[in-house]
Amino acid sequence: MIFYLLKRLLLVVPIALSVTVVCFSLVYLAPGDPLSAILPSDASAELIEKLKKDYGLDKPVPVQYAIWLGRALIGDLGTSIATGRPVTSEIGRAISNTLVLAFFGSLIGFALGVSFGTLAGYRQGSWIDKGVTAIAVAGVSVPHYWLGMVLVIIFSVILGALPAMGAGPSGGWAWDFEHMKYVLLPAITISVIPTAIVTRTVRALVADILGREFVTALRAKGLTDRGVFAHVVKNAAPTSLAVMGVQLGYLMGGSILVETVFSWPGTGFLLNTAIFQRDIPLLQGTILVLALFFVGLNLVVDLVQTALDPRIRRA
Amino acid sequence: MKKLFLKTLAVAALFAATAVSAQTVLRIGMTAADIPATTSQPDSGFEGNRFTGLTLFDALTSWDLSSADKPSTVIPGLAESWAVDAKDKTKWLFKLRKGAKFHDGTDFNADAAVFNFEKVLAKDKPHYDARLVAQTLPRMPTLTGARKVDDYTIEVSTSEPDAFLPINLTNLFMASPAAWAKAKSWAEFAKAPVGSGPWKFVRLVPRERLELEKYAEYWNRPRVPRTDRMVLLPMPEANTRVAALLSGQVDWIEAPPADAIAQLRSKGFQITNNPYPHTWPWQLNVSPGSPLADKKVRQALQLAVDRDGLRQLLGSNAIPAKGVVFEGHPWFGSPKLDVKYDKAAAQKLLAEAGYGPGKPLKIKVQISASGSGQMQPIGMNEYIQQQLKDVNVDVEFDVLVWETLFNNWRLGAKDPAARGASAINVSFAWQDPFFGFARFYDSRMVAPRSVNWGYIQNPELDKLVADARGSFDVKARDAALAKLHERVVEDSYFLFWVHDTGPRALSPKVKGFVQAKNWFQDFSPVTVQ
Repeated sequence: MIFYLLKRLLLVVPIALSVTVVCFSLVYLAPGDPLSAILPSDASAELIEKLKKDYGLDKPVPVQYAIWLGRALIGDLGTSIATGRPVTSEIGRAISNTLVLAFFGSLIGFALGVSFGTLAGYRQGSWIDKGVTAIAVAGVSVPHYWLGMVLVIIFSVILGALPAMGAGPSGGWAWDFEHMKYVLLPAITISVIPTAIVTRTVRALVADILGREFVTALRAKGLTDRGVFAHVVKNAAPTSLAVMGVQLGYLMGGSILVETVFSWPGTGFLLNTAIFQRDIPLLQGTILVLALFFVGLNLVVDLVQTALDPRIRRA
Repeated sequence: MKKLFLKTLAVAALFAATAVSAQTVLRIGMTAADIPATTSQPDSGFEGNRFTGLTLFDALTSWDLSSADKPSTVIPGLAESWAVDAKDKTKWLFKLRKGAKFHDGTDFNADAAVFNFEKVLAKDKPHYDARLVAQTLPRMPTLTGARKVDDYTIEVSTSEPDAFLPINLTNLFMASPAAWAKAKSWAEFAKAPVGSGPWKFVRLVPRERLELEKYAEYWNRPRVPRTDRMVLLPMPEANTRVAALLSGQVDWIEAPPADAIAQLRSKGFQITNNPYPHTWPWQLNVSPGSPLADKKVRQALQLAVDRDGLRQLLGSNAIPAKGVVFEGHPWFGSPKLDVKYDKAAAQKLLAEAGYGPGKPLKIKVQISASGSGQMQPIGMNEYIQQQLKDVNVDVEFDVLVWETLFNNWRLGAKDPAARGASAINVSFAWQDPFFGFARFYDSRMVAPRSVNWGYIQNPELDKLVADARGSFDVKARDAALAKLHERVVEDSYFLFWVHDTGPRALSPKVKGFVQAKNWFQDFSPVTVQ
């Protein structure tokens, strides 16, 4: 197990390095001037050149990459060109908000997904199965931002029951009922895709496992339905966990559209601003942290899967 | 005794609670995605100046925002008066206001004023900052220095005689030097900014909210805010702003989308708008070889489009443009060319220039799909394209990302990035004569030095710009600008399509707002009932 762990950890290094190269070069492929975040339209060519020098943007791109990577390794992702604030603090604040949203989104998504999937798997071919499948198809097909707007119209504008935007009554998150009201609509919106994907995965797994010979054997041995269910869960868990891990990764990356629709100050909202302002240090830092987060999460899921299913370790 | 004390305490607490609950709060949904910089030199264009410039800070000169009818003019701010040196017109004396204090209680005086010039000019000073330079100097290109004459007088110098300086200086905000000394950097200062404006800083949550409270000791007594607190919330998505207003989360939103205005009105919300110094044009390439180098062709295009249709397309949130500035403005003058829809005249001029059904004029225009101040560029440009087709003008669009279009604007029509375009569609602000005229018509401003994109190199225009810049009496300056305006309309270096009217939607509870004909607005008279 230790050897496997070390091997997986070592694999993370080249992946992380590739991530840094990709995210550093990606932003240079996009059109526009990185200084447009702070320069008004009327800035003269001389002033633009002067500021490029001040910000180190006159150096060759590989040199800029080396400097950036060196700083990133010690946790310094630079300063946002647009706001002048440290990128790490900007990302820290945004990630904490996105984590709150991802937590509630995944809570809703996984709870509904597992329940619907199990129900449909047990009732294959029934109207329940057909209904659940319809919900799952709708879930992956419906545009996020559209659903968000519809929920806002119903619950905020017409019913006046929930806030339309923001992360709390006075900015920032706190664990109380007042703040819960703010997270509900964006969390429901963001949970739709994980609900659908987890539903489909769990349904397929449960249906498959129920058809296996060992389940027939368990039943023949006189095991109760509850006992059989425990075996089904244990067998379905590794794959379901992997899928949920990936979905959690997506949710933690934040959704640019959902966070923008709800003005939720998370990583998606941050990325949206950074892209439109061409705030390169902020863009690079955010993409890097999110990508590494995703890599880390996959590693954790792999390790948990391995712990749950010894066959993976042996393979 | 103890009982009496407790009773008194309880009554005091009740009064305090009542006072807190009676506080009035104005909550505004901005279009910006973040709180504009609070460093004293805001970013986010003029929306930044509107919300974190003129609220927290004052400048030496200011805009009169008290009228919805008259064009705004420059009035004294922290400077009570100013005058150019009669012998050396690159030197100005500014007499500063006595008794104005920053929110931290320190005095505004000549040292404080010079400190604020140094932050963007003096490289050897610790408070000099490249970001502040970027936000400031493009708006005052001739500014070179400032020095203290006495405690309440400073001398400001420019690289050449420049009558526009008092207007430019509305963009240089005065921050408290004492607060900066404590913060030691502008990034730290921005966390708790201290100015002398009508609103004091309370709290900033980046990307979420800025809370301000009224500065009861503000030197300009009529402009002490009538609302206790103001909360600014970034909401870049237009539909989110509308939903927040409809659900009562905010009392005021900037730029409601045109298709939501009827619904908002029907629910009792107030829609305010007023033309302001914004023009949505096509800027033409008049360099030799361009089909638009011919004045007759440019004038023909000017007359070939019915701007009322554009206004309808925009839900009436625009007025047809007849020049850089709107009619009635002191800089409008009396142009010989009446910019209006006259298809027959347009066809005649095109025929004289050699174009007609057998030989259509073909032009390419670089446009964006969206962008700050760009209104609804695709729909509007397609409307113009259809109208021009009627007079045998084939328009091809090169649609670019807003940032790219912006870059190309700076590069000029001869740059390969222009890809042979005959025109570019970039909206602009003109409340300052440098923005509205000098940067476009002065031959020294040819791209890439500034945004004379179409290579206008006309000695007569240079002279008119110089005349305006050298007219230090306000009336003479306005007259010189009117002359310049008459000429640029007649020569049609730009096709002037519409001026935006800056719609805002306000809750019925909001009273007292006067929407000035300006990019900036005064929140002081606003009350929330």
